[in-house]
Amino acid sequence: MTEHVVCRLDEIPVGSAKRVSIGPRDIAIFNVGGKLSAIANRCPHEGAQLCLGRVSGSARADRPGQHRLEREGELVRCPWHGWEFDLATGKSYCDPERMKVRSFEVSVKPGDTLAEGPYQIETFEVSVRDAYVVLTL
Amino acid sequence: MTTQTLDQAGTPAATRGARIDCDVHPRLPRRLDLAPHAPKYWAEMFDYRAIDRQELMTYATSTLPLRPDDPAVQADAAGLARAHLDPMGVDAAILNVLSGAHAAYDPYLATAMCEATNRWLAAEWLDRDPRLRASALVPFQNPEAAVAEIERLAQDRRFVQILAVLGGEKPLGRREYWPIYRAAAEHGFALGVHPGGTNRHSPGQSGFSATRVEEVTLHIQTFASQVASLVAEGVFNEFPSLRVVLMESGISWLPGLMWRMSKDWKGARIEVPWLERPPIEIITQHFRVTTQPFDGPTDPAVAARVLDQLPDAGMLLWSSDFPHRHVDRGLPTGLPEALHPGVRGGNALATYDRLELTHV
Repeated sequence: MTEHVVCRLDEIPVGSAKRVSIGPRDIAIFNVGGKLSAIANRCPHEGAQLCLGRVSGSARADRPGQHRLEREGELVRCPWHGWEFDLATGKSYCDPERMKVRSFEVSVKPGDTLAEGPYQIETFEVSVRDAYVVLTL
Repeated sequence: MTTQTLDQAGTPAATRGARIDCDVHPRLPRRLDLAPHAPKYWAEMFDYRAIDRQELMTYATSTLPLRPDDPAVQADAAGLARAHLDPMGVDAAILNVLSGAHAAYDPYLATAMCEATNRWLAAEWLDRDPRLRASALVPFQNPEAAVAEIERLAQDRRFVQILAVLGGEKPLGRREYWPIYRAAAEHGFALGVHPGGTNRHSPGQSGFSATRVEEVTLHIQTFASQVASLVAEGVFNEFPSLRVVLMESGISWLPGLMWRMSKDWKGARIEVPWLERPPIEIITQHFRVTTQPFDGPTDPAVAARVLDQLPDAGMLLWSSDFPHRHVDRGLPTGLPEALHPGVRGGNALATYDRLELTHV
């Protein structure tokens, strides 16, 4: 397991998403209400970028006509065909065991803790004053 | 789950050989047939207005050039027995009246004609041959009256199904029809859908066809829209025991519809969140299709591949479509032999809760 510093936290404001690359991997990082989550960016259906999808909740109904929204902010809808993926697990709603994307551990670390240690800082300098997004994979 | 695999070991031996014909047509009742079974006002109207044939037949007024019918063989129960039930060894046959009573625009006329037709069916057909069963006509134009008619017939288990016209005023999934489905499900009636309708033979969304060959071919458009409507609107969420039998629908189009609807459900399910399973599973569980006329290819090997696309062969019910002259009143070409017993009768017994073979 390697930790990768991928960007400053303020590059992913609350309510937004960002695509990052680590080697061959394309990863979508979402900031929902200050909570970060990371899943593979490529929809397994036809390859759309999930980072461009709309983050929302899950539509449910116990009976026809009784629509409600549950788990707000926990799913992303693919921008092409609307397939829903759980931001925490990467599982789709429609076929959770077979149709899913990988999920990754993501955390926020202050810059001063990153000055030393086993971190791979790839494309930018780390400032001790900022907070950084760290992916573990 | 009520679908039944045809060759499964659990099929009761006593029903293994049953022959149940799920689509047989008696002659159409005329005003003199219906008048004795109608209240006086309506008996007078049937006669005074000369309602012998509904203007809105549930099939084209002339079926030529496709099928020159022989009226004698469907004139009465004895004629039907001689021409069909006896030679084919039929244990039970479900009668479907295509008079169009249930497709009349006037909801009160429709109510009177439906009830009179059901009473005529019981007296002139069901009482005369223990092998006969029937689909009840009920006025979808007047759901309250339709429910009352279903309640009236609930005690007579020879009525096994409620007959809907294929093309009505609205798609069959609409909520205004739900009281009909509630009553049907409560009393174990299946819902049968047979070609014909109120729209003067418009087969689909592209308008009116010019020719007979288009009309009969394009029934599948309307069948497809009714399957989609019943599923999407959540009818089976509300009435999980309800089964729908598509008659004269053909079969080959149905797998394609199931695949496509299941695919689109993945992205569009957000507007129908009560569908928590892919439509292919819902359709497999709740829908049945009758075999005649079979729309598959004539090469038995290719036909077998078409039939194999159905997720469960328990969806297939044998029908002769008697007396309409199809080349083969038996089973579809290419149907594997292991499936014959189920298609001939076992599947129908698993479909029609009210159908019991007491005389076999």
